Amino acid sequence: MGIVVVMSTSKTLLALLESEPAHGYSLKHRYDTALGQPRKIGFGQIYNALASFEKRGLAEVESVEVEAGPARKRYRITAEGVEAVEDWLCTPEPPEAYASAALLTKVSVALLSGRDPQLVLTSQREAHMSRMRDLTEQRRGAGGAHLLAITYELSHLDADLRWIDESGQRLQQGRMSYG
Amino acid sequence: MAESEMRVAASDLHLAFGETRALAGVDVAVRAGEAVALMGPSGSGKSTLLHCLSGVLVPDSGQIKLLGRPLGEMSEAERSAFRLRNVGMVFQFGGLVPELTLAENVTLPLQLVGTKARVAKARADELLDALGIGELGGHVAGTVSGGQAQRAAVARALAHGPAVLLADEPTGALDTVTGEVVLDQLLGLAGEMDTAVVVVTHDNRVAAHCDRIVTITDGRVLTPETVG
Repeated sequence: MGIVVVMSTSKTLLALLESEPAHGYSLKHRYDTALGQPRKIGFGQIYNALASFEKRGLAEVESVEVEAGPARKRYRITAEGVEAVEDWLCTPEPPEAYASAALLTKVSVALLSGRDPQLVLTSQREAHMSRMRDLTEQRRGAGGAHLLAITYELSHLDADLRWIDESGQRLQQGRMSYG
Repeated sequence: MAESEMRVAASDLHLAFGETRALAGVDVAVRAGEAVALMGPSGSGKSTLLHCLSGVLVPDSGQIKLLGRPLGEMSEAERSAFRLRNVGMVFQFGGLVPELTLAENVTLPLQLVGTKARVAKARADELLDALGIGELGGHVAGTVSGGQAQRAAVARALAHGPAVLLADEPTGALDTVTGEVVLDQLLGLAGEMDTAVVVVTHDNRVAAHCDRIVTITDGRVLTPETVG
């Protein structure tokens, strides 16, 4: 089977199946605790992903536990699934030059409409700094993947802030006009 | 903020170098135990403000009070002695005496204020230990790494338990991870001593460690960000 293209959350879930088989509940717990994501993943997303893995041959049902309540399927990754994980991990993400596209759009619209874009930049700067402060505090007690996730977000916020600061300076120096 | 709580209080500072207006009516106040980041573009006046707060530069007008005492009412000698006792400074490149050991560098400000050599040495050892470089006290400053030298510079700045710590890009010469460790240690120790800290920085990640950010542009304070 060729490499199956799936979204990165699904790929992450597939990769988390690699260490040991899991049913939906334990896979959710593994995802929420291992990756330090700010938002917990929903059960619906987990079960959709598992059904999709099974359908595509990336994972298979290892056993079915039948106790009180509905049957619980325990999934394990297949060789094709491992190949998909390896391919995903080895393929660089496309560099996203416009990750903060919404902010850029707002500043552009402010310039176009004759409003003060500094107000947009200033309020965004405060929001970014506030988030950076929260993350800096969280970093003190964090380790492993959670620490890496925090520093990843810090680095990206920092890059946005440098763009905000540079834009603010250029606007102030009158070097920027729309078009 | 009640004036009695303030370690540093500057009001309506003006300073020009010839035609260049460096400070144009700056107000800033820092209370005990608080860490404030001074940010702004190059040439905005933030380092000039820091040097005014330390008493090294004298503003053309306006008033600076350290521990409630107006610097402008002191003679140069009084100001220098007052600074020696009450202010600690950390610079981007440490500013250690390269021929002296780390411990000797740390004891230097203590000896200048008359602390006995034995007491000063014990204090230096204690601080170098707290900063994780206790075993390097006997190493000559010129032979240690940048991160180790900067930790020693932090120890030297805090050795005499200053009321105010002024830092100019204290982690600017260090990589991100080392800089973060040094900054955590600097702010942690300063917090234990209830020292007021002012950090000049270009680095948003450094500023995120501070309680408050004051942004300066063209010698003026923009609306200061107030955060818990």
